[in-house]
Amino acid sequence: MTSSKQALAHSASSADAAPGEQPGAAGRAHGRGTPPPPGPGSWRSKLYRWDMKASPYAFISPFFIVFGAFSLVPLLYTAWYSLHNVQLADLDGQSWAGLKNYENLLSSDFFWNSLWVTFAIGVISTVPQLLMAIGLAHLLNYKLRGSTVWRVVMLTPYATSVAAATLVFVLLYSWDGGMINWMLGFVGIDPVNWTESDWGSKFAVSTIVIWRWTGYNALIYLAAMQAIPADLYESAAMDGANRWQQFIHVTIPQLRPTILFTVVVSTIGATQLFGEPLLFGGVSGSKGGSGHQFQTLGLYMYDQGWIIGNLGKASAIAWSMFLILLIVAAVNLLISRRLRKSQ
Amino acid sequence: MTATQLTPPQAEKKPPRRARTRVMGAGKQLHAGPVTYIVLTLFALVSLAPLVWTAIAASRTNTRLAQTPPPLWFGGNLFKNLQTAWEEAGLGTAMVNSVIVAGTITVATVLFSTLAGFAFAKLRFKFSNLLLLLTIGTMMVPPQLAVVPLYLWMADLGWSNQLQTVVLPTLVTAFGVFFMRQYLVQALPTELIEAARVDGASSLRVVWHVVFPAARPAMAVLGLLTFVFAWNDFLWPIIALNQENPTVQVALNSLGTGYVPDQSVIMAGALLGTLPLLIAFLLFGKQIVGGIMQGAIKG
Repeated sequence: MTSSKQALAHSASSADAAPGEQPGAAGRAHGRGTPPPPGPGSWRSKLYRWDMKASPYAFISPFFIVFGAFSLVPLLYTAWYSLHNVQLADLDGQSWAGLKNYENLLSSDFFWNSLWVTFAIGVISTVPQLLMAIGLAHLLNYKLRGSTVWRVVMLTPYATSVAAATLVFVLLYSWDGGMINWMLGFVGIDPVNWTESDWGSKFAVSTIVIWRWTGYNALIYLAAMQAIPADLYESAAMDGANRWQQFIHVTIPQLRPTILFTVVVSTIGATQLFGEPLLFGGVSGSKGGSGHQFQTLGLYMYDQGWIIGNLGKASAIAWSMFLILLIVAAVNLLISRRLRKSQ
Repeated sequence: MTATQLTPPQAEKKPPRRARTRVMGAGKQLHAGPVTYIVLTLFALVSLAPLVWTAIAASRTNTRLAQTPPPLWFGGNLFKNLQTAWEEAGLGTAMVNSVIVAGTITVATVLFSTLAGFAFAKLRFKFSNLLLLLTIGTMMVPPQLAVVPLYLWMADLGWSNQLQTVVLPTLVTAFGVFFMRQYLVQALPTELIEAARVDGASSLRVVWHVVFPAARPAMAVLGLLTFVFAWNDFLWPIIALNQENPTVQVALNSLGTGYVPDQSVIMAGALLGTLPLLIAFLLFGKQIVGGIMQGAIKG
């Protein structure tokens, strides 16, 4: 209680300096259970009660106003535009199109291709990334010299923007004279044309994602590992489990909720993947390579909307993406329920 | 890890139990062997090498970068390339714009998130649980779902290429609200608020004299995380802005699509655009790491 008294004294002494102060605040002893002397009808007590009721909503309103104006309403408008013919070159000439944009999508090879690309890059960027992150977290969880330095170093790729990172990787992956092909030459591998080849380009784009996010996920796993009670390890050790068995039978099960969390977040990120393939493709980046071999769903939407100029179709793609995310979320929820029941 | 290694903005949910766990963990914690250090060094090299190589490439010439083998040490062209990137590629304007955009977003997000986080953590009001769930649920909505209407409205308002178009939609984030709520639930004693109430303090005064002082460490961390996020935001800025009035990411996108066809200048641009955040990591790395780990436990 001493600290609260100090704070109280502080708040009383600096009352004059309080900005945005309401008139009702000047009155003392209007607290809970101490009704103000002039009776419930006084303007001060009314103001006080109004303050108690309204201020929570006032405090949360900025978020809901911003979300409503810049996410919710646009989301609904996107649905509306997806049912219209909206061309970038003729913004005033919108006309009703019904489900035509969606029919167009379903019959377009490029749409199905972009779904496949998003899935393929999603898998080859997320799975190794999370596995490495768990391993890295395990290592960071040992008693280390300069543990903070190690953690900050692992996080530096996160400071690098998608754009900066991709520009660097484009150069590292360049066909002739690129660092990666040059190093592959030492182990006798012929130069790979990373931008043109089908799996090569998917792999290259994935490495950018892996490079940027592994350290970040490792820190999340590390935080969860540190919260595992030590007695679990002790009893496992008493049962004769070695370190590896402890990792498999204690660490991993305890990390399950965190693993699920990172899988969900990474899946959401992979579904929206956009900047890396865009810049990896250079001048014609929105196509995702000459054979659309790394044109993700996000990239396809940008290409249709702002390069080709069909904003109605882009809206339909955006909603398809949202539906896919909802399905992914539902699947994740089902799996986590199953896992919880099986425990 | 021992308690002393934790970053300041750390609030324990159940102090007695956590503390016990940590003490036991610290006592039993295994020392890292040489193999651990070797593997960690490899990870560190992979993390840092692309950044170091960016600086090497930025100090060379375009012709040198096209030759094999690639340069492995610094050349003498760094300042010339930085200058070209700053002037011709518009990185100068872009850096100023990004400071304005990310700065405004950071201040607004920290302020609004603290207010909302406080309300969700400590105030009783109807539908508070439902509204909190809704807030968390909004993180599911991808930005792609908003960009078409936002673009059309922006065109209607004649706001193309103006910075407010990229500031307004991100003035406050669900992540920020949740982050501050999780912190304040534990770090702000309810008795403190009640004491101020008994003293007749209005809600705004409670916020100013009780909530802000208690929330300060978490506000600083949220500010850092928000600045990184805002500086690196990509999708909406490249749709809303172009090379005439770019943010750093828009300028880098122009570089990548052949605005200046000189690889060493492109690398200089990438280096310049990342430098502010690298400096921030150098100065506040510990706090940023702590913030991410803290958000994780409770996320």
